[in-house]
Amino acid sequence: MAEIRVKDLHFSYTPGVEVLRGINLVLSPGSVAIVGQNGAGKSTFVRLLNGLLRPTQGEVWVDDLSTASTTVASMARKVGLVFQNPTDQLFKSRVLDEVMFGPLNLGASQDEARQRAEAALARVGLTGAEARNPYDLGLAERKLVTIASVLAMDTPVVILDEPTIAQDVTGVRQIGDIVTWLQEQGRTVITITHDMDFVARYFQRVLVFQAGQVLADGTAEEIFSRPDLLRQAGLEPPPITVLGQRLGLARPPLTVEGFVARLRGPNGLAP
Amino acid sequence: MSLIRVENLRYRYPRQSALALDGVSFTVEPGEFVGIVGPNKAGKSTLCQALVGLVPHFYKGAIGGKVEVAGLDVHTTSVGEVSRRAGLVFQSPFTQMSGAKFSVYEEVAFGLERAGIPRDEMIRRIEWSLRLLGLWDLRDRSPFALSGGQMQRLAIASVLVMQPEVLILDEPTSQLDPAGTSEVFAAVGDLCRQGMAVVMAEHKVDRIAARADKVLVLNRGRVLAWGPPGEVFSLDGLEEHGVAVPAVTRAARELGWREQGGTYPVTVEAAARIGGAALGRDQG
Repeated sequence: MAEIRVKDLHFSYTPGVEVLRGINLVLSPGSVAIVGQNGAGKSTFVRLLNGLLRPTQGEVWVDDLSTASTTVASMARKVGLVFQNPTDQLFKSRVLDEVMFGPLNLGASQDEARQRAEAALARVGLTGAEARNPYDLGLAERKLVTIASVLAMDTPVVILDEPTIAQDVTGVRQIGDIVTWLQEQGRTVITITHDMDFVARYFQRVLVFQAGQVLADGTAEEIFSRPDLLRQAGLEPPPITVLGQRLGLARPPLTVEGFVARLRGPNGLAP
Repeated sequence: MSLIRVENLRYRYPRQSALALDGVSFTVEPGEFVGIVGPNKAGKSTLCQALVGLVPHFYKGAIGGKVEVAGLDVHTTSVGEVSRRAGLVFQSPFTQMSGAKFSVYEEVAFGLERAGIPRDEMIRRIEWSLRLLGLWDLRDRSPFALSGGQMQRLAIASVLVMQPEVLILDEPTSQLDPAGTSEVFAAVGDLCRQGMAVVMAEHKVDRIAARADKVLVLNRGRVLAWGPPGEVFSLDGLEEHGVAVPAVTRAARELGWREQGGTYPVTVEAAARIGGAALGRDQG
């Protein structure tokens, strides 16, 4: 279990151009989706949570560690981050070595690292790919390898930057199951995504980023029932939610199953 | 005359025993927008690469059947020759960057330079494509300082600037936000109206259903279905093959909401119309 506290966080890559402009948040165990337009500061924000970037103003605390005074190596015990582009992260020539690398660096023995790597590969559905070269795999599978390498590190906080890129329906479901599993274990799972169906289905809390600030913070149902807010953030609710709104349902349905159940509900077909 | 004609295309990668494409046939007319959908490893990317000749010329392997693009026999024409008529946007934008250019503007100029386009024409076309993809304000940035979504739009711009007759896009919106995705689909619509033939492999089936003229469903290298979105997504058993179906179509199927022709609605608008009528009937 870990708690992340973000206080008055500002960040700029180039002086004078602020990418993050004053963020205050407490992130407790559970699943959190970060949504918002390209360039809203989402990827920059998560890089500040594991200390890869340091605040230009304000603070990030993970439990009792401030990222400003802790090395990235120490933060790695607390916060695992899966990059958006798997190529930024893969450097071993065998899938198994790649996934064992994290646990080995955290001091695990060969045997333990191998066990953790195999378990992580099983969880992402890549059992059997241990001896493959990650670069011989397709983009979707390369992404799953990077997710496995972070799962193998067993950190209380797991951050996924656009995990569903290039995934088909089966892949998206698998990653959704991983989010649910992490959440049930009392871990904090923070996910950047543009896939609103994915958000609606798997996440307890949604943060809407816009121009370096948090525009809204609530449940998926709260966020997706506010078209004004979504428009302002350049987002669109899932199609099934839009359909529910068009048909005049009071609370927006978030999933196909929810929509169908509502229409078939105790009141018959009446919305 | 069809801009793309694929006849019984079969292909096997080197050192593989299974066929990556197995008997694929379809045609695309000028101005048509065709979506390719299906689970991963179904052959979507392989088919995209076969339409410009990277399969088989670059990847080697064994090929059979016929691929004709913009009047060229792709199997007997060099990739360079085909690429003057047909442009491919790769799945990963990182793969597409030349690596030799240090600004967005010059990156887009790269292909035009290779093709020996006159300077005035280059300047005009570069501005057009950068503006179309919303990159004009980023023109002096390094391609490698862009976000994933921006780089993806740059990859599209650098292919569009070549003004191909045929445009092939392999999951071009995977890293784009909803607004950026809408822009790409709108741009594709514009290009089709100007007579370009567009083929797009894409997992966002809701968008494909709403925008594409026809949908090609691939599974294990074979064509599972081919036709207008309403017909294709109304077929039974797609989901068992791991093929994504638009959310509104799944809901309509569960509730028995059909179009007059017997198919299920594939867009929010159509589902709302049919659903609204069904609910009104039940209440009245």
